Amino acid sequence: MLSTNTRSLTLLFATSLALSIPALGFADELQFNMTEGVTSVSKEVYGLHMLIFYICCAIGVIVFGAMFYSMFMHRKSRGVEAANFHHSTSLEIVWTAIPFLILILMAIPATTTLKKIYDADDADIDILVTGYQWKWRYEYLGEDVSFFSVLKTPSTQIHNEEDKGKHYLLEVDEPLYIPINKKVRFLVTSSDVIHSWWVPPLAVKRDAIPGYTNAAWTRVEEPGVFRGQCAELCGKDHGFMPIEVHAVSESEFTAWLGKRKEEAAAIREAAKQTLTLEQLLSEGEKVYTKNCAACHQADGKGMPPTFPAIAGSPIADGERPIAEHFNRVLNGGQGMPPFGEQLTPVQAAAVITFQRNAFGNNTGDVVQPIDILKYKQGQ
Amino acid sequence: MAHGPAKGLSRWLFTTNHKDIGSMYLWFSFAMFFMGGIFALVIRAELFQPGLQIVEPDFFNQMTTMHGLVMVFGAVMPAFVGLANWMVPMMIGAPDMALPRMNNWSFWILPFAFALLASTLFMEGGAPNFGWTFYAPLSTTYASDTVTFFIFGVHIMGASSIMGAINIIATILNMRAPGMTLMKMPLFVWTWLITAYLLIAVMPVLAGVVTMMLMDIHFGTSFFDAAGGGDPVLFQHVFWFFGHPEVYIMILPAFGIVSAIIPTFARKPLFGYESMVYATASIAFLSFIVWAHHMFTVGIPLTGELVFMYATMLIAVPTGVKVFNWVTTMWKGAMTFETPMLFSIAFVILFTIGGFSGLMLAIAPADFQYHDTYFVVAHFHYVLVPGAIFSITAGVYYWLPKWSGKMYNEVMGKTHFWLAFIGLNVTFFPMHFSGLAGMPRRIPDYNPLWADWNMISSMGAFLFGAAQLLFLYNVVRTILSGKKATDQVWEGAEGLEWTVASPAPYHTFSTPPQVK
Ligand code: HEC
Ligand SMILES: [Cu+2]
Repeated sequence: MLSTNTRSLTLLFATSLALSIPALGFADELQFNMTEGVTSVSKEVYGLHMLIFYICCAIGVIVFGAMFYSMFMHRKSRGVEAANFHHSTSLEIVWTAIPFLILILMAIPATTTLKKIYDADDADIDILVTGYQWKWRYEYLGEDVSFFSVLKTPSTQIHNEEDKGKHYLLEVDEPLYIPINKKVRFLVTSSDVIHSWWVPPLAVKRDAIPGYTNAAWTRVEEPGVFRGQCAELCGKDHGFMPIEVHAVSESEFTAWLGKRKEEAAAIREAAKQTLTLEQLLSEGEKVYTKNCAACHQADGKGMPPTFPAIAGSPIADGERPIAEHFNRVLNGGQGMPPFGEQLTPVQAAAVITFQRNAFGNNTGDVVQPIDILKYKQGQ
Repeated sequence: MAHGPAKGLSRWLFTTNHKDIGSMYLWFSFAMFFMGGIFALVIRAELFQPGLQIVEPDFFNQMTTMHGLVMVFGAVMPAFVGLANWMVPMMIGAPDMALPRMNNWSFWILPFAFALLASTLFMEGGAPNFGWTFYAPLSTTYASDTVTFFIFGVHIMGASSIMGAINIIATILNMRAPGMTLMKMPLFVWTWLITAYLLIAVMPVLAGVVTMMLMDIHFGTSFFDAAGGGDPVLFQHVFWFFGHPEVYIMILPAFGIVSAIIPTFARKPLFGYESMVYATASIAFLSFIVWAHHMFTVGIPLTGELVFMYATMLIAVPTGVKVFNWVTTMWKGAMTFETPMLFSIAFVILFTIGGFSGLMLAIAPADFQYHDTYFVVAHFHYVLVPGAIFSITAGVYYWLPKWSGKMYNEVMGKTHFWLAFIGLNVTFFPMHFSGLAGMPRRIPDYNPLWADWNMISSMGAFLFGAAQLLFLYNVVRTILSGKKATDQVWEGAEGLEWTVASPAPYHTFSTPPQVK
């Protein structure tokens, strides 16, 4: 009996191992532990993780050691007689007290680190992080700089029509910039469902909850690019809203921020100009692909019943007043996210013009940025 | 003793016999186990490689949600109720459950609950896609209309569980044979008594939270809608006030089963019976004051975070006591390793590993890195699969000869064990690594950094699934054509259930036995 068992066991183990070996050759680097990260907090967290892990290993060796010894020595087939003891108060006290003491020892450093994580006061820079289905928005408080950060990986890679890049699904169009050696505070919130802003190398994970603003902070010491993802299930594209943080020197950061401010001014200027239908359509198509196609699809057919079609939609094909179209796009509602904040006036005008002149919606309507501004003011 | 079961379908529809109802629960749970398993295999097939290959992200979310719901409410909980139905009366020397008609009703509403839930798969809008934890507002404002079916399904399951729990408490407290004092009850009975109280305490909370969702969705309230003055975090507090005791509901009866099996095959009495009872009670108590450890990242104030961290760490103490007791029960025994024993030993080892990762998760600062990653997925599958599923499997092999009067095929049983054991570890162990390496849970596609671990996990999952077919075959074969089993079945088995014939007669203990 025993020998057939051992033989079948060895066989099974060998086959499953053999099956796994080709798989293991797949990636060039095989990560199996938590990252140490790049901040003093992340290193402390890593330290706690390893400490508790080693404690568990030690307990495991003792408990499983005793168990395997017993399974080997105290088996009926070796002709042993079963003992009959079933109680020992002293033993029970010992193995209640020792784990208790270990836990207290463990709780002390954990408490210290937790206090540090919670101490978000006296920050040098405040960044408001807002989760949207399915992108992040970053606003540098007091700096008049804010922008959306969206997955950059092309859908051809996702649908396996093209090789996947190294940062597949972990790359964005507009990364978040922070200066090194400064205490940066993230104020995390959400505009729709719950998301969670997580960057493993910084050991920062904070839930983005509508109606709440949660604080987290970091101080990065070395420049670098750090990547993370939304960690709380937030709907269809939960797996497709990454985070990319660029930590740069202070001078680089100031330069970047200055450039951003100029761009903001330029956008305000641009809102005053009048564009041609062609300009609006070409800009509008870009905006549509980036912001709308996830739900309404590239062909405008949507995914009914959840996401309605734009093609032939009464709101977009002129059947209903154009104000409803403005309202839907700028204010959202019933599963449609509000885009009033996300799109510049030019972009909003362009995408509305595009929707009213594409997918067979031949209204010929031209919407100018100034119309958007007027609509917003009128509200 | 005069009358036996009715004939045909009416036997099953109208039965009030605890054995019939127990069997129906077990078969129902077995069916749900395969259904939930198929959902899991869809998930693992999609995750076999990076990129989207098989399903769309929204359907993927439906699969993770349905897998969780079906396994928790359809497979594990009904299986334990089934085992309780069969074994509790026989273990305490009672003729049947205290409330036999309600017993029939508790079972028969379950298929309707799951038909309601599963029917959403075929509806416009699809099945629930917001995770088995169904956090608002994803499950309210942002959910498709089918969520209402889910809510009613949960209501019915809850009603079934509450009735089952009342029945078990009434039976244990009122129908024990003369001489069967509380501290003489088998541990399975004890753990179920405590579990039943947990159920009564928390199933109404679950019903409450889904009712609040229903109000938000259909009657314009804003319990969980921040825009209306509501609070999405409130949802999580209420949900986890149910959810944490729920995970103990799924493990305490498992402790009871293993505490029956290990002494039998070690041929030695259970070590520390009393401390086992007290440990179970303390775990049950602690389970009510640790819920926010599922919410360490929602921004609870520091003091709250610390209190929940300490309370959570404390659970390790009574859980440790249990593990030490099982090991000491084996110590200096005369062990044999039949299939139930193999599953029970695997339970002790793998559940302990799940306990270790639980202890790691309790450390709040570290949890900021673990939370909502595959590390958590690995953790709860280590406590649920070798915990709940293995103990149920062990229980089925252990008591099947008593139920059916036939012996299962031991070689096939052992093969099942080894395939399941290997499959389980190949599936779930790499998830620790992918999680620590930063892979979030509930995503349909991922960076190639985690490709190797996922590929291994997927292969393990298919092996594990295939192993269960062998289990099904072995059970069916036993019932149809197994070799006759003795009344004692196992050399070292003790307890009232082994004093009756195999198969157990339709009515047992019509006259109560005298317990010394
Ligand atoms: C997160 C998914 C999502 C995204 C992204 C999205 N929409 Fe929508 N959209 C919806 C939903 C859901 C509705 C239906 C709302 C309702 O029922 O009133 C909708 C409705 C609309 C409608 C009205 C269609 C009709 O017939 O009811 C228009 C117009 C529209 N969206 C434009 C846009 C534009 C422009 C963008 C990009 C800037 C966009 N949407 C991006 C989900 C989305
Ligand atoms: Cu998200």
